[in-house]
Amino acid sequence: MNKTVDMKANKKTHIIQTIFKKYMIYILFIAIFAISSFASPAFLKVSNLVNILRQTAIYAIIAFPITMLIISGVTDLSPGSVAAFTGVAGIVAYVDLTTKMGVNAVLAGLLAVAYSILLGIIIGFVNGIIITRFKVPAFMATLAMMTSIRGAALLYTGGNVIYQIGDIAVLGKGSIIGIPIPVLIMLILFVFFTILLKKTMYGRYIYAIGGNEEAAVASGINVNKIRMISYIVQGAMGGLAGILLMCRLNTGQPTAGEGYEFDAITGAVLGGTSFTGGEGTMFGTLVGILIVGMINNIFNLLSVQSYYHQILKGVLIVVAVIIDMRGKNSKVTA
Amino acid sequence: MMERTALLEMKNISKSFPGVRALDHVNLKVEKGEVHILVGENGAGKSTLIKILCGLHTDYEGEIVIEGKKVSLKDPHDALKYGIATIHQELNQVPTMTIAENLFLGREPLGRGNMLIDDRRIYKEAKAILEAQGLTYDPHMLVRNLTVSQMQMIEIAKSVSQNARIIIMDEPTSAITDAEVKVLFQCIKRLKAEGVGIIYISHRLEEMFEIGDKVTILRDGQYIDTKDVKDVSRGDIIKMMVGRELNNIYPEKKHKVTDKVVLEVKNLTGHKRFENISFKLHAGEILGLAGLMGAGRTEIARALFGLDPIHSGEVYLEGKRIAIKNTSDAMKHGIMMATEDRKRYGLVLKATIGENIGLPNLKQFLGKSGFLLSDKREREKEKEVFDELGVKAPSMHTRASALSGGNQQKVVLAKWILANPKVFILDEPTRGIDVGAKYEIYKIMTELASKGMAIIMISSELPEVIGMCDRVIVMREHYLSGEVSGEEINQEYIMEFASANVEELRKANAR
Repeated sequence: MNKTVDMKANKKTHIIQTIFKKYMIYILFIAIFAISSFASPAFLKVSNLVNILRQTAIYAIIAFPITMLIISGVTDLSPGSVAAFTGVAGIVAYVDLTTKMGVNAVLAGLLAVAYSILLGIIIGFVNGIIITRFKVPAFMATLAMMTSIRGAALLYTGGNVIYQIGDIAVLGKGSIIGIPIPVLIMLILFVFFTILLKKTMYGRYIYAIGGNEEAAVASGINVNKIRMISYIVQGAMGGLAGILLMCRLNTGQPTAGEGYEFDAITGAVLGGTSFTGGEGTMFGTLVGILIVGMINNIFNLLSVQSYYHQILKGVLIVVAVIIDMRGKNSKVTA
Repeated sequence: MMERTALLEMKNISKSFPGVRALDHVNLKVEKGEVHILVGENGAGKSTLIKILCGLHTDYEGEIVIEGKKVSLKDPHDALKYGIATIHQELNQVPTMTIAENLFLGREPLGRGNMLIDDRRIYKEAKAILEAQGLTYDPHMLVRNLTVSQMQMIEIAKSVSQNARIIIMDEPTSAITDAEVKVLFQCIKRLKAEGVGIIYISHRLEEMFEIGDKVTILRDGQYIDTKDVKDVSRGDIIKMMVGRELNNIYPEKKHKVTDKVVLEVKNLTGHKRFENISFKLHAGEILGLAGLMGAGRTEIARALFGLDPIHSGEVYLEGKRIAIKNTSDAMKHGIMMATEDRKRYGLVLKATIGENIGLPNLKQFLGKSGFLLSDKREREKEKEVFDELGVKAPSMHTRASALSGGNQQKVVLAKWILANPKVFILDEPTRGIDVGAKYEIYKIMTELASKGMAIIMISSELPEVIGMCDRVIVMREHYLSGEVSGEEINQEYIMEFASANVEELRKANAR
């Protein structure tokens, strides 16, 4: 008799653990939302909430593809630098096109965005080649890229900030039917990446590679090809995030975007993406990145020293990973 | 007669996991100098029992008595203090460290001042430890450069140097060659003579008769019996293990070998792994690829499946020459392989059964758009093979990691069967699978062959090769050494080819 009770109790704690792991992110979201509302009266203002979304959108655009990379067992540390470089380059292109060549603003805007994305794709391609062809670990390859591309961004403008970027700023500051343009883009990309991850062969291969790369190869999957595509997509999104970021800042800043990759990774991990690969969802990442956005915002509103802010973000990452690992350990013993 | 005090006694051991009773009042008694074989199907509770004995599971019921003294083991370190050492199936050595460093890992002797490690002493003592076991390796050698068998010997030497009186060996022969098994058995005999008690776990029943004194049988966590090895037959043991008599070890041959050549391999050579291999494979045929471990069997299969590069030679599929550069090439041509190491190459363990079955077959599930997968079609197709093969699992959404070895293997087979191979290579398809599930795997194989599939079966277990194959080709040290078919398929012929004179083979192939 005793034993059955024991087993039931065991099962119960197991279920509680699973539920806790599954809903932790939502509890955290609500908790931080509630705390922030009490901490600052400015937090709940519509203008502030819209502002959070507008800022978060750019992180999210980087976080979606990075989620796929992490699920497939690799990572990318370069997106922040990529955003700075491609953003500045896009802005310079726009300014040149409109002022020197007299191209109309809409066409120039489209060309500038395309240019940023194209540069991002090239960088992603180089990352992919270094990682798949030369077998450099992704962490090191993209760390190197992070440093080099930051240098390239600074070199591009001679270290200067570009002011008077013109009408293209509307991409970062404007709204369509009341929704800020970056938020709209984020939502479209969210749907796109969700479908890509859940409903296509590419997405399924991402999970398989992260779950067991050798088994994926032995199932006829061309792992290098999938990795190349992932880095190219990551690069493209870095480019898109870059131009939107500059538009939101209304300047071309070669130092912008620093640490964006870390916020994106934090969002993904908070959202349940496993650093050991094979697990994660886009919705989790969206919620996770919103949490990061809220935290960034409330610290700003409270004008607390950013040192505390950094400490808290670090703590959050560790807690998220501990919960992820504990979930795994309990599975092993069961 | 006076009862001697046993070296080790485990009495009424019980252990539960959430939802499972893993052990139910199990007894085990080991005397000095005795080799005690522990047998049972997968999931019978062998590993749980061993984990309790080596201090990994501490929350059990029942008692452990060592030389008359009741003990409670808190952790593996504690177990070692009582003289219990375990040689695990996966050897726990640090490949980047030297033999000596591994021998003293966690108990490094310190020099003056008790601060720094006394390296000179480590190497001196390591040499002595190795010599005591008759091993001549240089203690400065990196463990990375050793074979599995050599690492095992090091591990045993380490146990002895730590005054182990009970050594547990968990499937020690699963990854070593026949010649190495002989060396291991000699070592076991030496330990026996020194009065060490050995608990030996193996799926290979033949080994039991070679070195065992006593045998304890477990089934579904229950203690069945302990017998003197000399008093039992193979059949008795199997009966006690599975709880019923197994009349048919192999299914009836329903398939017919046709004349149609599906695969032809000509002078295939892989860099230093196999040389000048030629053979034909027919539709509806089960071709055995036999030979000792390391002879190059798996390597040929891996090359045909695109996992390893082909150096030279030609591969023809249904008369047409094909090039295989990677696994997706092989799959496109219909050559598929269920690899030897299921957990490493066969399955994504954290994915569900359905996801695993679907993995190589996603193209079949694409909807009209050609881009999005159709959930419905996927579920239907996966369910079909899942049911057809009789995978025992709560649902398709069960994670592959939760399945037994036999059911995992069925999932691997299911995923390839759905992909409909023309040539299906099975490398050690029944390794680590219990007797009952083996029969089901065999049945699936004969059914596939009867549908006209061409099958290559690689196996180290000769009875299985003899029972299943229509024709057998034998390898010896990277060369093909012979072929037997029909009535000629027997142990003697195959062994003769498997141990053929290497010099002569080399000369014959050089011509």
